[in-house]
Amino acid sequence: MSSSTQPTPALRLQQLSSHIAKKADKPSFFEQVQEAPADVIFALTSSYKADSHAQKVNLGVGAYRTEEGKPWVLPVVKKADHIMVEDDNLDHEYLPILGLEPFRKAAVKLILGANSKAVTEGRTGAAQCISGTGAVYTGAHFLSKHYPIKGAACYISKPTWANHRAIFEGVGMQVLEYPYWDPATKGLDLKGMLGTMQSAPNGSIFLMHPCAHNPTGVDPTNDQWRQIADVMEAKGHFPFFDCAYQGFASGSLDKDAYSVRYFVDRGFEMFIAQSFSKNFGLYSERAGNLTIVARSVEVKNRIESQIAKAQRAVISNPPAYGSRIVSLVLNNETLYGEWEQNLSTMANRIIDMRKVLYDELVRLGTPGTWNHIVDQIGMFSFTGLTVPQVKVLKEKYHVYLTDNGRISMAGLNSKNVKYFAQAVDFVVRNH
Amino acid sequence: MASIFENVVGAPADVIFALTAAYKADTDPKKVNLGVGAYRTEDGKPWVLPVVHKADHILVDDENLDHEYLPILGLENFRKASAKLILGEDSKAIAEGRVGSAQCISGTGAVYTGAHFLSKHYPFKGAACYISKPTWANHRAIFEGVGIPVLEYPYWDAETKGLDLKGMLGAMEAAPSGSIFLLHPCAHNPTGVDPTPDQWKQIADVMEARGHFTFFDTAYQGFASGSLDKDAYSVRYFVERGFEMFIAQSFSKNFGLYSERAGNLTIVAKTPEIKNTIESQIAKAQRAVISNPPAYGSRVVSLVLNDETLYKEWEENLSSMANRIIAMRQALFDELVALGTPGTWNHIVDQIGMFSFTGLSTPQVKVLKEKYHCYLTDNGRISMAGLNTKNVKYFAAAVDDVVRNV
Repeated sequence: MSSSTQPTPALRLQQLSSHIAKKADKPSFFEQVQEAPADVIFALTSSYKADSHAQKVNLGVGAYRTEEGKPWVLPVVKKADHIMVEDDNLDHEYLPILGLEPFRKAAVKLILGANSKAVTEGRTGAAQCISGTGAVYTGAHFLSKHYPIKGAACYISKPTWANHRAIFEGVGMQVLEYPYWDPATKGLDLKGMLGTMQSAPNGSIFLMHPCAHNPTGVDPTNDQWRQIADVMEAKGHFPFFDCAYQGFASGSLDKDAYSVRYFVDRGFEMFIAQSFSKNFGLYSERAGNLTIVARSVEVKNRIESQIAKAQRAVISNPPAYGSRIVSLVLNNETLYGEWEQNLSTMANRIIDMRKVLYDELVRLGTPGTWNHIVDQIGMFSFTGLTVPQVKVLKEKYHVYLTDNGRISMAGLNSKNVKYFAQAVDFVVRNH
Repeated sequence: MASIFENVVGAPADVIFALTAAYKADTDPKKVNLGVGAYRTEDGKPWVLPVVHKADHILVDDENLDHEYLPILGLENFRKASAKLILGEDSKAIAEGRVGSAQCISGTGAVYTGAHFLSKHYPFKGAACYISKPTWANHRAIFEGVGIPVLEYPYWDAETKGLDLKGMLGAMEAAPSGSIFLLHPCAHNPTGVDPTPDQWKQIADVMEARGHFTFFDTAYQGFASGSLDKDAYSVRYFVERGFEMFIAQSFSKNFGLYSERAGNLTIVAKTPEIKNTIESQIAKAQRAVISNPPAYGSRVVSLVLNDETLYKEWEENLSSMANRIIAMRQALFDELVALGTPGTWNHIVDQIGMFSFTGLSTPQVKVLKEKYHCYLTDNGRISMAGLNTKNVKYFAAAVDDVVRNV
């Protein structure tokens, strides 16, 4: 029975077990990987979308909505779009690693001012990044590799945008908090903030919101910024500004940049992450910039070169579309004027909604004080509502907001503000 | 007062971008740019694909489109179409629900995202990623950037100007079980040398026996043979063989959308559950780096891939690019033969895709740059798309000179 082509029993056994091993349960490489929880804000949006209730209200994500509750493509952005699509000279060739140069220059000018001495001195740099997140990440990543004080922690405000912690921890930096929100006054806990700055090790990194603080809407006054700068200077701390709402706070681009420009005047080196998601309504196009203010031109150049090196190994080069729109508008006097108007429209509608909500809560006699609704600045209001109260708002009223009681004012309009006020009134009285 | 960053060292400029900058600064009328892998027309100009122009107009006129944030993992229709493009219409793995994807910042972002995931979740701690020798310069930077050690496997055989399969398989055999291997499915960058189907089978045999993890980087699907399906052969074969894998996909070249950063990481996992878990971790990581990816480029790609008419137009646009490159290979080869340039030059026509690994030495490349204003990378790689009927004779003459005299 045996022939030269027949395998020996041993070999046959080996073949069979090998075949079985191949086909049957060779484990996955990733058997042990844990499921990560869904992102809170995106999950909130999903729940809202899945909700079929006629009166549902989305006060979750910080994206502008019109009076009709719809997203708004800024008229000046539509204009820029048409200009670009008709431009036969435009192609899709790779941008430089650090991005579109006119965009970078205009972004720096926007935050530091047309007359910025630091700009004329040539000691400001810029890197086009994937919107605000990318800019914070890029700055954080640089610091994780090149900040001279090893083991320095990054201090974030308590509370702050949830992603701040994730970004800094993601690049291996330690994250600590500084007091910010005072629940008693529903304002700034300046004493706590300055106290932490005093006690932090010299040369710590402080992540600050120049205006329209997310989530509280509470901004330091000019005099408070002076006090903050005094301590930052005395302790040799590094300022890292995250500016996602320039133009949205007061409605004036220059006013909103006050704190940053003051720090530059005071002689600080700093990073400034800028997002054009909100003030250009370009959320999905990821237009952002990291502005670098350094002591000298040489240092600025070296920082940029290291950022370029790191950027090459993460994204290679940034996306052109969004930055082209922003650049077109910022660099054209007429379009810039139109943009300022579009921006005002958004800022003013939000300010109106603050007033309307406040008036309604007062009219209902809702227990508590509600001045903070009109005093707070920017897209968000930190209502002071508790987690249980927020839960009822969601389940009973189909009103979506984050557990910390933050509401995106842009989600309110004349059709839903009374409904929302009523819902707030109910949960305050009963939960 | 001293800067906080006084001691930061300047990093050298990126080689490829520096090459492009040097080319741009050069005023010589005969200059030729054979550096960066971006398609050029017969007139030496960038080419916006007609189907992309078309998609652009459709998008700009669509009143229903806004710029609301995409989901963290990107535009769903784009992700699905990308996975289908590489794995095939009839992919069983897709039908079985065990294929995931994440929209990334083009090919770089997809490789980064996959590498970052592996750096955190790959079960074999300390496993190295093996890259081909040579490979795209950025591969090493990306993996080292996320803290994964990088080693090389032999690939280019300088003697035959072909594949060193023996060396490649030898390295795969010798590598610790469960190593990560970064493979180019087609149109290898920089060599243009691709394994044959039989060689892919041999590679798969060893990868399987050694339990290595397959990471494909595909930046040129459609550019190699001109056929999208043919170019995907190796990936689909590995899927059939039952491998789990990552596949980084770039739409920079085959859609000419370089600056719009349209890319995808396709994930082939053993089960839908594992695929979901992987996607959830990628989403978590992505949120802390870019939050969510850019819409514009993915919208263009999605529009085209999901529309039968536009898809066909795209295939035609793709063919015209691939064919012009193939024609230039032939033209350069013919010219070198006509000149009697010493050496064998078959590799020019045998190699596949956008690049040719000429075999020229660094000193020879230097002379090409300084004397002839021909810009190419020091390893002798030329981007074929930089050649056209107006400059190919000039370039051939330059090559002839440096081969004879340098």
